[in-house]
Amino acid sequence: MRFIFKTSYAQDINVVKHEGQAFWYGLLLLSLVLCPLVVSEFWMAQINIILIYSLVGFGTMILLGYTGQLSFGHAAFFGLGAFVQAFFTNQGWPFFAALSLSILVNVILGALIALPALRVKGIFLGVATLALGLIVEEVFVKWESFTNGTSGLAVKPAQIFGIVFNTQISFFYLVLGVVVVATLLTINLLRSATGRAFIAIRDSEISAQSMGIHVGRYKIIAFMLSAGFTGVGGAMYAHYLRFISPENFNLFLSLDFVLMVIIGGLASIHGIFFGAIFIIIMPPLIANLKDLLPVFMANAAGLQNVIYGVILICFVLFEPMGLYGRWVKVRTYFQIFPFYRDGMFKRQKSFQKSDRLK
Amino acid sequence: MTQTLLKVKDITRRFGGLVAVDQVSFDVVQGEVLTIIGPNGAGKSTLFNVISRIYPQSSGQLFFEGVDLGETPPHKIANLGIARTFQNIELFEHATVLQNLLIGHHSLNRTSLLSNLLFLKTTREEELASRARIEEVIDFLGLQKYRDSFVSGLPYGIRKVVELGRALSMNPKLLLLDEPSSGLNPEETEEMAFWIKDLVNDLGITVVMVEHDMSLVSRVSNRVVAMNQGQVIAIGTSAEVQSHPEVIKAYIGAEDEDGHD
Repeated sequence: MRFIFKTSYAQDINVVKHEGQAFWYGLLLLSLVLCPLVVSEFWMAQINIILIYSLVGFGTMILLGYTGQLSFGHAAFFGLGAFVQAFFTNQGWPFFAALSLSILVNVILGALIALPALRVKGIFLGVATLALGLIVEEVFVKWESFTNGTSGLAVKPAQIFGIVFNTQISFFYLVLGVVVVATLLTINLLRSATGRAFIAIRDSEISAQSMGIHVGRYKIIAFMLSAGFTGVGGAMYAHYLRFISPENFNLFLSLDFVLMVIIGGLASIHGIFFGAIFIIIMPPLIANLKDLLPVFMANAAGLQNVIYGVILICFVLFEPMGLYGRWVKVRTYFQIFPFYRDGMFKRQKSFQKSDRLK
Repeated sequence: MTQTLLKVKDITRRFGGLVAVDQVSFDVVQGEVLTIIGPNGAGKSTLFNVISRIYPQSSGQLFFEGVDLGETPPHKIANLGIARTFQNIELFEHATVLQNLLIGHHSLNRTSLLSNLLFLKTTREEELASRARIEEVIDFLGLQKYRDSFVSGLPYGIRKVVELGRALSMNPKLLLLDEPSSGLNPEETEEMAFWIKDLVNDLGITVVMVEHDMSLVSRVSNRVVAMNQGQVIAIGTSAEVQSHPEVIKAYIGAEDEDGHD
């Protein structure tokens, strides 16, 4: 077990808390940088899509995990980011210019969507944002001069200073760079006053307000940041697929984004990556599982969805803290072996919320 | 010369046909502890919520150091130097004690969103300064042990102290305590009484509180306001108010004219 002896306040603030973290995260980054040497083309593609999903994960995690605002419309931001990036890259705009524009457009849309969020809460906000997703999907279909409608839009590969990112491996380095930047930005946000204001709004709006937090303003900021991160994910997705059409950005994608952070573990940055890995790796794993099943079951239609659904239900029932929560438990078990108790992570229920004030 | 910090003038708050607070007026003097007592439903908490701007008043005026609170949006109250605690504890459950106290410090933070995203030097310095300030509060209340614990796992008595700490983190001039001793055992109530005295004497904070525990009330408060059915029925020292016939009547009920109950 590690005992950290704190001698300055900076130790609470620093990104890397101790040498152990520096070692393990350094090792992780190094192995990611080197992995194209050993990993097959198929799995490189899977890793790329995991990284793209994790970019969206930052968006949904800030909004749902930290600010407590539910959105079923994130496919709209994702799609908007993708189409803006695709359209302007095809027009000959440089990569970063198109990326900046897709972030900007998303941030503006995010701010607009935040306005109803000031009035509705919880599941009602979910329904409102669900409508957004449906509307924007329909707009993608109809606005042919921009999206090329249902026939889809071919996208040029990303190109920065003459380097063309047209293979899975080169694209991997691009998206890895973007993910590292996004991770650092999110960590910064969460260790500053803005991130704490988000947490305050999630846990109690009424007392957040009494602490001098402008609840409406911070909700709008959360939506803007969330939309921005999701837009970056969308932009990378356009370059990844190289061919996008409106049906890529349907309701089920929005659901995937929400499930991703719930399965990964709400309110943790690790959870974003765990969730993204789970969402992407699960379908091929289930497909492999088919070989083990009797023929009449393996060929049944919708088998994949059923298994997927069962796994999700089990998660919500048995591990509400997600994969990251499970990881923390396992780690603690070994750290303090043999003193782990069953109830260590049980949360005390408090029945005294005075929500009746609102 | 005593100075008026908070002036409550003819405050009325209606909920539909119900008049919860009816034409209440009193002044809070700098450096005093003023306690509001009264039976259940007397309008004490509503008055508190009006002062901290959770509800707007139906009529009447509030002045804090000459500033009209009616013109101040709810989130600006903290900037003026008014902090509060809640009757049933409204902490940020899934955050650590340290984070809770730092959120209490929020109104004193000045850095921009961009500076926070990039964690520029200004943000880093501000964080370190807030952290040092929070440590004073932790030392004052003896919360060292719980610094990194999650609030959701803390016992009730400690949460109550954390909530007091969170209010103190914003360097308030006026502290509104909504039933500071509710749910506490006698030892914890004792401690709470010491802290209230300390924060008035050492930190120079003015306290307005709602409280039911009369022994706590008479020990810490300079003046007591008794309310019943939305109206102020007596103002004075603790002893004066407790022996006031209207107050006794409000708590125990009046005997009928003919002597039968």
